[in-house]
Amino acid sequence: MSTPLIELHQVTRRYDEGPPALNDVSLSVEPGEALAILGPSGSGKSTMLNLIAGLDRPSTGTVTVDGVRVDELGEAASARYRRARIGLVFQFFNLLDDLTVADNVMLPAQLAGMGRSTAERRATELLGRLGVDRHATAYPGRLSGGERQRVAVARALMNRPALLLADEPTGALDTASGEDVMRLLSELHADGQTVVLVTHDLVLAERCATRTVHLLDGQVASDSAMELLR
Amino acid sequence: MSALTRVVRAGVGRKRVQTIVIGLVVAIAVTSAVLGGSLMVASQGPFDRAFGQQRGAHLTAQFDVGKVTEAQLAASASAAGVAAAAGPFLTAQVGLTDPAGHPLPPLNVAGRADAGNEVDRVDLVEGRWATAPGEIVLATGGHLRLPPKVAGEQWTISGKPVTVVGVARSASRSADAWTTPAQLAAWAEGPRSYQMLYRFTEAGTTEQVQAGKNAVQAALPAGAMTGALSWLDIRLEAINDTLLLVPFLIAFGLLGVVMAVLIIGNVIAGAVSTSTRRIGILKALGFTPSQVVRAYVGQALIPASVGAMIGAVAGNLLTIPILAQTNELYGTSDSGVAFWVDAVVIGGALVVVAVTALAAAARAGRLRSVDALAVGRTPRPGRGRWATRLTSRLPIPRPVTLGLAHPFARPVRAVSIIAAIAFGAAAVTFAVGLGTSLNRVQEVEDIADVQVGAPHRMEPGGPRPGPREPEAFPDPAAIEKVIAAQPGTAGYMGVARGEITAAGIVGELDAVAVTGPDSARYYRMVSGDWLTGPGQIIVSTPFLTAAGKQVGDSIVLTHEGAQVPVTIVGEVFNTDSDGMQVVTELATLGSVKPSTYYVSVLSGTDASAYTQALTKALDPVGAMADRLDHSPDEMVVVVNILTGLLSLMLTVVAGLGVMNTVVLETRERVHDLGVHKALGMTPRQTTAMVIASVVVTGVIGGAAGTAIGVLLQRTVITEMASSVGFRLPASVVDVYGSYELVVFGLAGLVIAVVGALLPAGWAARTRVAVALRTE
Repeated sequence: MSTPLIELHQVTRRYDEGPPALNDVSLSVEPGEALAILGPSGSGKSTMLNLIAGLDRPSTGTVTVDGVRVDELGEAASARYRRARIGLVFQFFNLLDDLTVADNVMLPAQLAGMGRSTAERRATELLGRLGVDRHATAYPGRLSGGERQRVAVARALMNRPALLLADEPTGALDTASGEDVMRLLSELHADGQTVVLVTHDLVLAERCATRTVHLLDGQVASDSAMELLR
Repeated sequence: MSALTRVVRAGVGRKRVQTIVIGLVVAIAVTSAVLGGSLMVASQGPFDRAFGQQRGAHLTAQFDVGKVTEAQLAASASAAGVAAAAGPFLTAQVGLTDPAGHPLPPLNVAGRADAGNEVDRVDLVEGRWATAPGEIVLATGGHLRLPPKVAGEQWTISGKPVTVVGVARSASRSADAWTTPAQLAAWAEGPRSYQMLYRFTEAGTTEQVQAGKNAVQAALPAGAMTGALSWLDIRLEAINDTLLLVPFLIAFGLLGVVMAVLIIGNVIAGAVSTSTRRIGILKALGFTPSQVVRAYVGQALIPASVGAMIGAVAGNLLTIPILAQTNELYGTSDSGVAFWVDAVVIGGALVVVAVTALAAAARAGRLRSVDALAVGRTPRPGRGRWATRLTSRLPIPRPVTLGLAHPFARPVRAVSIIAAIAFGAAAVTFAVGLGTSLNRVQEVEDIADVQVGAPHRMEPGGPRPGPREPEAFPDPAAIEKVIAAQPGTAGYMGVARGEITAAGIVGELDAVAVTGPDSARYYRMVSGDWLTGPGQIIVSTPFLTAAGKQVGDSIVLTHEGAQVPVTIVGEVFNTDSDGMQVVTELATLGSVKPSTYYVSVLSGTDASAYTQALTKALDPVGAMADRLDHSPDEMVVVVNILTGLLSLMLTVVAGLGVMNTVVLETRERVHDLGVHKALGMTPRQTTAMVIASVVVTGVIGGAAGTAIGVLLQRTVITEMASSVGFRLPASVVDVYGSYELVVFGLAGLVIAVVGALLPAGWAARTRVAVALRTE
């Protein structure tokens, strides 16, 4: 058995008083897996995603991604970890309105110190691969929801991350655009990309994931491999 | 608690940075305005106020002790036109030696039992009045230049110890020192005289003072009065001393007040206008435009009121030592900030806050709720994208290029930052320029290291009040030979004084005839050339104006009955004698001889040793040398303190203005910050981005402020000089070198960067998960 890409060991995350958002969760994800984290609101899905992305730190327990102890990283190291290993896709795209599509996509690479011309070549390639290259010089506000999410995925893939994290990637899209994004994620996974999705959407999970984890009240209620529907 | 009160309380409590910034800005602005206002008040007719405060003597008269009795003098208080009188006081010249062993020129000492009551009520600025034998009170503001804290020192008179128990200031300049009548009688080895101080019912003109003097003389034995000094002569001298300082200090005062108003207006307008979205929410909840306006005026007034109170206290504390300095300069006795200055400044500051908040909130209050909610959320689409495209191509790190483009997305806010920085940079440039100009004016005072004059001795015929006319040397050539031969001599200027008349000008004028290699260094030329031979004069602007002449014209002078045709070869900046003094070469006035030489020593020469050696060498030719005091002039000290204080305060306030705007900007961009950080922007890169966002505004504000400051300095200083009838030399007007201008310009950038540091740190520390949730 290969080394897990993600390993959460007895992770608990508490916010102030009240019950923990995650409670003693342990989880492993192998390279090349497509994991969907499911659960109702408040079950701890986004908390788990934030912990894997290094956006937050566990109260107790350890988070290891691609051999990196994410729970021990400081702010600067955590930022470097994200741009080297993680691609993030958000529900509301989080594209920067004052940058062109190409500039949005290039940004993670430029933050990592890549030169503009190299970043431009990579961005053009990604935008072409995701079918939005004709919008390269446009601003995100002029794009449809599906197109914006494709641009967001392109941005997430810019630094060739080991792990693509997607938080409700179809949550803000109409049905057609949602289908479009689902297809895209499936294709990426088929190409070997490890993907972790957080979603309410069972259809998305069924279409894109090889494994689902159900969270309930901050604990893993079920963990099952499923056949990927295509 | 009403909904309105809740909104105001929440606004003040939740927006802590903004509340603190408003409070601090108002506090510093009020401090600056209290200081500025007090300076303006202190500079209003300082001599007349000091003279009034002390009930100064309109006539200070000396009497021969052999020709009049004390009883006769006391009775002269009822002469016609005399409103009040003090005396008779015994006076004599006394030779004092300071604790370092340096003998002073003879001082006019008066024997007075107290500091005065009806006339010449002198101010004790240090210590107490002399009440016992061996005690003396020295006069400040006259001939003596005293170091601070003299009271308590042991000096000597003819080898006997004397304790300086106090330092006092007399606007009438009635004596150089005071002691008890009995002590003076014991000290006075030489001739003595009586002094009487008179106040007249009418003393506004020379004729009125002369009439009073005549009435006093008529009431006393003929020939009893040996000398008298009119208060109008002292007034003229005092006004000459502070001719330029008064408009300078008024300009500084105005700077403090005007900058306070501008900065408060800028910060309040910025603070309220960035609350537009909150105003939209309040309106959506049912607040009327008038309630919104009231809420925001209240929200601004609460911290502003606290700040104004703190600023008033700080302003009072800061003003007291400054007033001590201006008292020293003006001879006034201002003890603290006038109550009405505090009241006007506090009231004025709060009115500015209320009016600015009212205008900004009224504008926001008039917006439709939906528009108000949209405003301030994100920049209007399309704004500043050209800048983003442009900067993205710069070969510098991406976080920096992202920051550089920020100001173009919100041009109005960028203008507010530029204004804050420009105010600060302009104020600093202006204040430093003004201070440098005044320093340049004073610089010529420090050229000479040593003064050569007649030996100190007790004059037969009794002491005379007022300035003593120096005696001319009988053989100046011998003295010049000794000075030139003395090792360490760098140069010298001999000065002779005379009185002349000039065709077309009413009344007598002072003439200064100079000789020696250093002469040209002591005068700053406005136009034309320095003297190259006899028959030439240089004069100041008031002379040219009064005579209707210009450089190159000829004019006829009359000196001791002889007509002397001369050519005006140059216009000089010289405030002596109200700018009516004529400067020429010694040979022009024929018979006059120098009475004083000013000597400069070579660099590295020990001036004290040089002075002692020169005195020894001069002894055979009947002259002696005194080392000149080069301790900083009070006027320069005051101006430098003010320059430093105002620059510091206005820079801090400008930095706070920047901080306020960048805090608001950063908070509004917090979601974008979260995105950047989620994509891998490190805290250092975040800090760089925020700092870079103020670089463009800092550079523009600094450059604009410096240009405005230079323009202001040139305009104000030229107008100030013009208001008292002078034109200034280029060296006094053009005080900025290219290096200084670059430093002032970069100061804007420094203000911007320092102001942005706090919000940049906050942005760097913001947690991504929290920022991304922020909507």
